[in-house]
Amino acid sequence: MCSRFAEPAARAGIVVLVVLALAACSRERRTFHDSPPAASVAAESAKAVRSDSGVSRDGPYGNNAWALSQGKQLFSAFNCVGCHSHGGGGMGPPLMDSAWIYGFEPANIYATIANGRPNGMPAFKSRITPQQTWELVAYVRSMSGQGSKAARTNRSDEMEVRPAEAQTKTEKPVLVTPPPTVTPPAQEGHP
Amino acid sequence: MRPLTRAVTIAAAALACAGCSLHNAQNALDASGPQSARIAGLWWLMLPIAAVVWVIVIAVMLWGAGRKRSVREVMETRGGTEVVANDEARSRRMTRIVAAGAIVTAVILFLMLIADFRVGQALTMAPSTKVVPIKVVGHQFWWEVQYPDSVPNKTVITANEIHIPIGTPVVMELSSPDVIHSFWVPSLTGKKDLLPGYTRSLWFRADTAGVYRGQCAEFCGLEHAKMGVLVIAQKQQDFDAWRAAQLDSATTPSDSLAQHGKAVFLGTTCVMCHAISGTSAGATTGPNLTHLASRSTIAAGTLQNTDANLYAWISDPQRIKPGVLMPATKLDPRDMQALVAYLRHLK
Ligand code: HEC
Ligand code: HEC
Ligand SMILES: [Cu+2]
Repeated sequence: MCSRFAEPAARAGIVVLVVLALAACSRERRTFHDSPPAASVAAESAKAVRSDSGVSRDGPYGNNAWALSQGKQLFSAFNCVGCHSHGGGGMGPPLMDSAWIYGFEPANIYATIANGRPNGMPAFKSRITPQQTWELVAYVRSMSGQGSKAARTNRSDEMEVRPAEAQTKTEKPVLVTPPPTVTPPAQEGHP
Repeated sequence: MRPLTRAVTIAAAALACAGCSLHNAQNALDASGPQSARIAGLWWLMLPIAAVVWVIVIAVMLWGAGRKRSVREVMETRGGTEVVANDEARSRRMTRIVAAGAIVTAVILFLMLIADFRVGQALTMAPSTKVVPIKVVGHQFWWEVQYPDSVPNKTVITANEIHIPIGTPVVMELSSPDVIHSFWVPSLTGKKDLLPGYTRSLWFRADTAGVYRGQCAEFCGLEHAKMGVLVIAQKQQDFDAWRAAQLDSATTPSDSLAQHGKAVFLGTTCVMCHAISGTSAGATTGPNLTHLASRSTIAAGTLQNTDANLYAWISDPQRIKPGVLMPATKLDPRDMQALVAYLRHLK
């Protein structure tokens, strides 16, 4: 008598659980026409480690797989690879390591890309949109394992010199002081 | 009655299909040059042979399946199955028929192989006369086209629409920076793959002026199906005039709307991927837009080049070619209108 009751009850229980689990799923939002706020330049008081720009800890796109993949594509399309290679660095510093000269918070990186940095990082403000900048911020951070692991990209189209971002272990970011002198342009890293 | 109705329906459908006029279609049998004519010839040789062989094979099979065995053949019946008598003369006859069938098949295949080799040889043999060299680079989902010249600043760079003179062979140098693509313009030539890390060449000639559509023929990603190409074959003097016009830098528009559009273009993200000669835009990630308005289509043959389509394309390329490597750019409608006016000015 007991088992006659238990079976339908268990079955109903499983159905309810599955329904609840599915209800918890939410589809990721893909926004082709987003206008996230440009990071407030106030947050960029030089080496601010804490972001006070009102942007969430991983930036607006740190957990969005579509935006991260866009960032990865733009990183090549906008020729960031020309100076930073695919993260390993060249004429510009490596971006896949734990060391950051100008801060690792999303707002800091936003400011780096938008306004440029004195030792040779160009300003992209007038040439790329805030949405694209945030996508790049999310991607740059993912190179050292920041942001959601589930959202980071899982494959590289170029010859792989390192595991794809999803397999990168999360580095603990540290601030380093920039080299005191400007690197002479003659010193060329591998492209 | 039933089978008759069915037959009539099929016949009507076939007639209707035959009646379709495939305007601008990719048709390997509508040959417009010596290369495609040879390929079409091969088809017309092989089709009837294969058809006759097929009919014979099917007929023999049906006859064999349907015929009744003669009493002489059947020795006994065991449990309802007929057991065939062991007839020496008969089995020798059968061996001879099968052997003859094998030999005829081999001969037919060999003859077709020779015909195929001869066509292949004729297609690859480089022309000895004057040729027009063209570089074609297959990108994920569009074609970059360059007309090299011994004087470097006389190199023409365009995209997706390849102009060629009729009667003169063109030699294409094919390469790819990303994945394998394949160049195929059925009315003019057979396929040739574009391989990353290699440069391969393909030559062909068009004899009749016209616009021939082609298509990437090797799956290359999400928008492979929308990676079309147009070959515009024209008289030598028309080709020369086109080429000369393509050498000009873009002019500054005179009307204020288009002038504003130029500022919009140069002041936003377009310059990160596109080049317009005579301006500060010089990126090569996307198609060169210097003479965009002289092209009849945009986005690799996907849309007609009209104001409305340009507007739709720039405001959301992902809706037209989902997965394309151009991001949507959010601009206010006035700026968009100006931008489109500027792009339409780039004759
Ligand atoms: C012309 C070469 C060049 C290009 C192109 C370039 N960078 Fe840089 N980048 C540099 C140099 C050099 C530095 C170091 C600047 C300094 O030390 O002042 C740098 C620094 C950075 C930093 C800061 C690293 C840190 O440790 O704080 C980030 C982030 C960055 N670049 C991202 C990008 C992105 C994203 C792009 C593409 C949109 C890009 N860069 C394009 C040369 C370049
Ligand atoms: C990240 C690089 C990138 C950016 C930024 C970009 N484009 Fe593109 N664009 C492309 C690529 C790649 C294509 C080819 C798309 C295809 O057909 O597959 C293209 C195609 C086009 C075409 C069609 C050209 C043709 O002949 O088929 C036009 C017009 C165009 N872009 C205009 C713009 C304008 C205007 C902007 C700025 C609002 C812009 N693009 C920004 C990469 C870019
Ligand atoms: Cu393709």
